[in-house]
Amino acid sequence: MAATLSVENLNTTFFTKAGEVKAVDGVSFEVDKGKILGLVGESGSGKTVTGFSILGLVDPPGRIVNGRILFGGEDLVQLSEESMRHIRGKRISTVFQDPMMTLNPVLRIDTQMIEALLAHEKMTGDAARQRARDALGQVGIPSPDERLKAYPHQFSGGMRQRVAIAIALLHRPELIIADEPTTALDVTIQAQILFEVQALCRESNTAMIWITHDLSVVAGLADDICVMYAGRLVETGTVDGVLDNPLHPYTRGLIGSVPSRNTRGRPLNQIPGMTPSMLSLPKGCAFRTRCAVADGACEEQPEITAPIDGRGVRCFHPHMDNPQ
Amino acid sequence: MTVYVIRRLLQAVLVIFIMTLIVFFGVNVIGNPIDILVDPDCDQACFEAAEKALGLDKPIIEQYFIFVENALQGNLGKSFVIGMPALPLIVERMPATLELALSAMILAIFTGIPLGMWAGLRPDSVSGKVIMGGSILGFSLPSFWVGLMMIMIFAVEFGLLPSTGRGETVTVGGIRLSFLTLDGLSHMILPAINLALYKISLVIRLTRAGMREAMHQDYVKFARAKGLSTTRVIFVHVMKNILIPVVTILGLELGNVIAFAVVTETIFSWPGMGKLIIDSIQVLDRPVIVAYLMITVFMFIFINLIVDLLYSLIDPRVRLQGIKA
Repeated sequence: MAATLSVENLNTTFFTKAGEVKAVDGVSFEVDKGKILGLVGESGSGKTVTGFSILGLVDPPGRIVNGRILFGGEDLVQLSEESMRHIRGKRISTVFQDPMMTLNPVLRIDTQMIEALLAHEKMTGDAARQRARDALGQVGIPSPDERLKAYPHQFSGGMRQRVAIAIALLHRPELIIADEPTTALDVTIQAQILFEVQALCRESNTAMIWITHDLSVVAGLADDICVMYAGRLVETGTVDGVLDNPLHPYTRGLIGSVPSRNTRGRPLNQIPGMTPSMLSLPKGCAFRTRCAVADGACEEQPEITAPIDGRGVRCFHPHMDNPQ
Repeated sequence: MTVYVIRRLLQAVLVIFIMTLIVFFGVNVIGNPIDILVDPDCDQACFEAAEKALGLDKPIIEQYFIFVENALQGNLGKSFVIGMPALPLIVERMPATLELALSAMILAIFTGIPLGMWAGLRPDSVSGKVIMGGSILGFSLPSFWVGLMMIMIFAVEFGLLPSTGRGETVTVGGIRLSFLTLDGLSHMILPAINLALYKISLVIRLTRAGMREAMHQDYVKFARAKGLSTTRVIFVHVMKNILIPVVTILGLELGNVIAFAVVTETIFSWPGMGKLIIDSIQVLDRPVIVAYLMITVFMFIFINLIVDLLYSLIDPRVRLQGIKA
């Protein structure tokens, strides 16, 4: 069975005055029905641009220069803007990071929900209102009838994110791209929303791409993980495989820096250095300058390995459990 | 809401009271109108008689109290020159000015907002740059010069449009209006454009800036991610947000347009309040100057109140009860 979404060698480049920025550089992955893919990386690693590329919402000066995005037998890169519009919100929907910013502050919730429905389906206003009401109820918003008439500023952050999720679910999409949807929320709300989203996805067999920098979030949520660094995938695999046995030094660094009970009172492990500027990436492996095991070989760009047991890694010196 | 309006009205009374002080004593500093009004050959006795007739012989404080007492009864004094009460004199001229000011505002809204939106959407296109360049001209060219040039070109060279006066008017409910007749309308075109030019530029720049800012907001991206058409995103999601600053500025500017249509009215001999005030200042006709300024203050307060109320309609986050006066 073909995957719901299959991204092949995606390249998205921003042509800025200061130079070309390869925000997404040769990224490939697949998401299956009912599966959740965690796309992990630091700020600026290209994970959000990957999401926008799939939606066809990369703003100039950026554009997709190469690659295919196969979705339901069609290559989204080739589609016209009008055909993309019919896919956005209907078959692929999104939840953004900051719920304070994603809802239009001057429009009522019902306006914003009903317009999303009417954009893709012919229905009466009453039917649309009913659907919107049910969708709010589904994501656990109390007294949805009243809340429909409210404005975004009358909701808390967590509630707003629920509204955004309700909007994303309106058309029962085949794929949801969630761009750090819980980052701006406090931990208890985060846990609730994670749990609910997972349940909703499983229930309707929706595929999902969960973009985050927080490994602890994906650990409990995703089926597969792609780790991105400086626009490239550095490691891919199942969530258990990658988290239990990280191969790439960067992934190891990320996992090492997550605080845990065993490291109480001790300083947290850090990855030395900082993310390189996308305008002046080091030659060869982009992580080379921050890597403990880098040597002369790393001045060449390593290719990502063909998946072995579902694992791929872009490194000349992948970590082995029993080094000789 | 009601509490808010009442509080604002009380505030308005205070502002008007302070204005009477400033205006009344300020006008007294400019000079003595008697010097201008009386015959140069007049002797001391006739001079004093004139002073007495106009009530200028009393101490200034007493004059002020007389003025306030009369003002409270709706009498802002009599014109020294024409001998008519100042208030009706100004009110009679008001429709001409309002007509001109409102048509200038309408021009500003209906040309400024679309042009600004276009320039905001296509900032790098030739048309976008031409619009922005044009708005700089509209800002910086002095309006009296533009007015004269317009007369030169459209009235003198090509003889297309009349350059002075209101043209034929129609009286509706005791108010003379120009825009209802073809002749009146043709008389209005040049002064209205002249007066609107600066406002158009202002609206263009405001709209463009708002547009540029709003287009990069997450809610616009989210609206597009919902699969909405570009038209809906721009005319509903973006437009409603950029209207907030535009309404604020236009509200303030409406007062300005009315109060400072002076230049345009003078150039095009438009018989409005602006022309009256210039004439009155030249002959130091104190009651008319004072009455004009009082009416202007009144108008500003009223317009600002309307703008604040409008605000709560456009922006749901503004709740008027919550605002501390």
